[in-house]
Amino acid sequence: MALLEVEGVNVVYEPTRGQRIWSVRDVDLVLEQGEFVGLVGESGCGKSTLGFALTRMLRPPARLEKGVIRFDGVDISTLKGEALRRQRRNGFAIVLQSGMNALNPVRNVEHHFGDILKAHAHGGEHYPGATVRRRGAELLDKVGLDASVLSRFPHELSGGMRQRVSIALALALEPRMIIFDEPTTALDVIVQKAVIQTIKDLQRENGFSAILISHDLGVVLEATDRVMVMYAGRVVEDQPSKDLVSGPHHPYTEALLRCYADPRADEIHLGGIPGTPPDLSLPQAGCSFTPRCPLVQDICRTLDPPMSPLGHGSAACHVRAPSAAVAEEGVKPVH
Amino acid sequence: MSIVSPVPPPEVPGAGVAIRVGPAGPIPGPLRFLGRALRTLWSNRKASIGLVILGFVILVAVFAPLIAPHSPTATTFVPYQNPSTTNWFGTTGNGQDVFSQMVYGARISLLVGIAAGAIATLVAVTIGLIAGYRPGVIDELLSFMTNLVLVIPGLPLMFILAAYLQKRSVWTIVFVVAFTSWATGARVIRSQASTLRTREFVTSAVFSGEGLFRVVFREILPNMTSLVAGSFFSAATAAVMAEASLEFLGLGDPNTVSWGTILYYAQQQNSLLTGQWVLVFAPGLAIALLAVSFTLINFGVDALSNPRLREK
Amino acid sequence: MAPLVVSGVSKVYTVRGRGRGKFTAVDDVSFTIAPGAAVSLVGASGSGKSTIAKMITGSERPTSGSIRFGELAVEGLHAGGLRKYHSRVQMVFQDPYAALNPLHTVEYTVMRPCQNFLRMPPARARERVYELLETVGLTPPAQFAGKLPHQLSGGQRQRVVIARALACDPELIVADEPVSMLDVSLRADVLRLLASLRAKRGLSLLYITHDLLGARVISDEILVLNKGKVVEQGPTKQVLQHPKHEYTVQLLDAVATPFATAGTAPSD
Repeated sequence: MALLEVEGVNVVYEPTRGQRIWSVRDVDLVLEQGEFVGLVGESGCGKSTLGFALTRMLRPPARLEKGVIRFDGVDISTLKGEALRRQRRNGFAIVLQSGMNALNPVRNVEHHFGDILKAHAHGGEHYPGATVRRRGAELLDKVGLDASVLSRFPHELSGGMRQRVSIALALALEPRMIIFDEPTTALDVIVQKAVIQTIKDLQRENGFSAILISHDLGVVLEATDRVMVMYAGRVVEDQPSKDLVSGPHHPYTEALLRCYADPRADEIHLGGIPGTPPDLSLPQAGCSFTPRCPLVQDICRTLDPPMSPLGHGSAACHVRAPSAAVAEEGVKPVH
Repeated sequence: MSIVSPVPPPEVPGAGVAIRVGPAGPIPGPLRFLGRALRTLWSNRKASIGLVILGFVILVAVFAPLIAPHSPTATTFVPYQNPSTTNWFGTTGNGQDVFSQMVYGARISLLVGIAAGAIATLVAVTIGLIAGYRPGVIDELLSFMTNLVLVIPGLPLMFILAAYLQKRSVWTIVFVVAFTSWATGARVIRSQASTLRTREFVTSAVFSGEGLFRVVFREILPNMTSLVAGSFFSAATAAVMAEASLEFLGLGDPNTVSWGTILYYAQQQNSLLTGQWVLVFAPGLAIALLAVSFTLINFGVDALSNPRLREK
Repeated sequence: MAPLVVSGVSKVYTVRGRGRGKFTAVDDVSFTIAPGAAVSLVGASGSGKSTIAKMITGSERPTSGSIRFGELAVEGLHAGGLRKYHSRVQMVFQDPYAALNPLHTVEYTVMRPCQNFLRMPPARARERVYELLETVGLTPPAQFAGKLPHQLSGGQRQRVVIARALACDPELIVADEPVSMLDVSLRADVLRLLASLRAKRGLSLLYITHDLLGARVISDEILVLNKGKVVEQGPTKQVLQHPKHEYTVQLLDAVATPFATAGTAPSD
């Protein structure tokens, strides 16, 4: 049994004024024990929303409309209150973007550790100061920080250090799954690399499953075993990282890869993707990528392609990964 | 170095267009803005209740001559009467009709509330904007002044000023109230102005060649309208209460007819002892309702500026 | 057309409270931007590149050293002179969401420099706005002129910011991380726009970034900054292919590209 099984998750965003927006549409996801998966997409594609949905952290006006989220066999999509807290204690944590916002500016780091440990303490567990300090120092050491950080306040730490403290806090309850939401976005480019390396090492040493959400394809490909690409609220490609680079399946992934280049190369061909992502407040007929896709066929405009197996992963494209149902209609795959 | 030229962007229906901009009609800009603001306020439940109450009071004040059955100052009735068919709220110790006094009294309370609120806000905005936009000596000076006025307790200062001033009239009260309540608003506005000053669109405006005046009044101030409106309603609330206090203590003009003076006379004439509780409750309730209406509207103004507070 | 000459510029801030003393943001930096040239300043945050940009555009004054735009001494400019300077040296900001006043239409924002610097009457200014919107690729201009910033996408907003900067026909544009807040797929377009403006109008460009790819694509010369000092300088391609300073190597290493992982060349 996989650690996380997600079926048909839909998240709708309903502001009091304005249209309903379907931020996440029909997403299926399977995360095995110890697996490190990346979730990539550009702004507005729904990746952060999905991450929040999976950890039951959505706030109104966003709402989990449909779908099943099974963590360790337990359906957490409808849990509330104490039952949900028990599951949180049991298994998953989320590390948010921008360490500063996630840390209480008027409390020092030691207090943060105390908070988490005491909040989730089982029946007879006690956490006197010394225990908190010991555990805190252990955790800080895991993320490469010195125990002296315990007495510091968030504003006394650099961006990279704050992010590491957030990660250490997430590790406090020994979770089996951690979701990292844009852990490097607000950071300096050199610090980014160090933090990603820390995350990779931690994942390998401690064996927790992880989902890394980022808009930076390079960062995701470097850290993860498998990558899921999202576009307009849907997952459009799912492949092992190595394979994705050498052979992207979905035209969007292809185009995205062309936006990157090595600054050291002799000749640089920098691509872009013409057009803009679709307005998700309008109903989507067919494949959302149609207006910007170079491989458009008639069927793309009417039928939304399902995720179909291809190579070592799967993709949602009528042309590249035609599904059995579609094949009956006689669309020839173009490669 | 070469950059591959992508295919020209195709027409993407609906992309990037979530709200349509209406055509520029015959209604001038500022009025349209007011209309939109009122509509947004109305959609907030608390604010709409406040608007209804305020609207009611305004109507009563405007149509006072038509609503009040008698003259408020005419001492033609039998004094100390309980409510009757001729005098719905009874009569005062001087033989005046209390109901007519209540109706006409709305004018004064409203006038003082709105006028004092407006003057206090005007002063607060001027001082706050200047202090916020120009750091340095000017800011230090203005902030010091503001803090000075803030530290002095408002009500006692008001009493002293009112007692000291020779000429007693409604405008004395307006001035006294405005003088003691501008400081809070000034502080808040200064702090917001100083935050906006460092925003990139302000720097951008400076790069576009805009002068000081335009930057402050066309770039910064428009982005603070809900804050200014909030300031105004807070000041108006305080003004209504302050006016009532001053009148009640006899520091106002005893010849004006306002809800506060009704309370003053009620106290002088021991209305509770004579069983004329209407003389105490009616003005008291009216003052409270008016003050509450301003506060309720303020909730709506808060929601205007912070979309997260908007009701579901 | 004048060259921008930065000589021995330093900026030292005095930190008040807790006796931390002085903080050197920029330490003895010198470089030249010839008319029509494009120079990149790269470095991580805290390297001093934004401070240099502020000193060049007149928002801050150097503690020592000089900045000359042709004959003009930039560090000595005040109100009136500074205003005239802005008609020749303009800035493109990093955050397209913050650089536009949320209450002003595109037309208003782009019109103001035309009226202030070029002294155009409203009708003529409006025509120029339309020309500028076409130039930056916001076509048809009539569709965009009346829009408010929240009705535009990030890429569109950035184009408006560029249009505003172009309005007064400047000689030099200082672009402070103009694409770092845009999606990766939109960056090439904006960079292409900047490059074509440079080619067609002979604009000089100072491109400030931590993104080495953008620097490579748009500039001829590159300066690498670390903690306020220039650690390496030279033609862009050469510095990136044969870095001499270890900090440059560190920066190059940190730029994670999908191709570095796989070790294969991009398929085109």
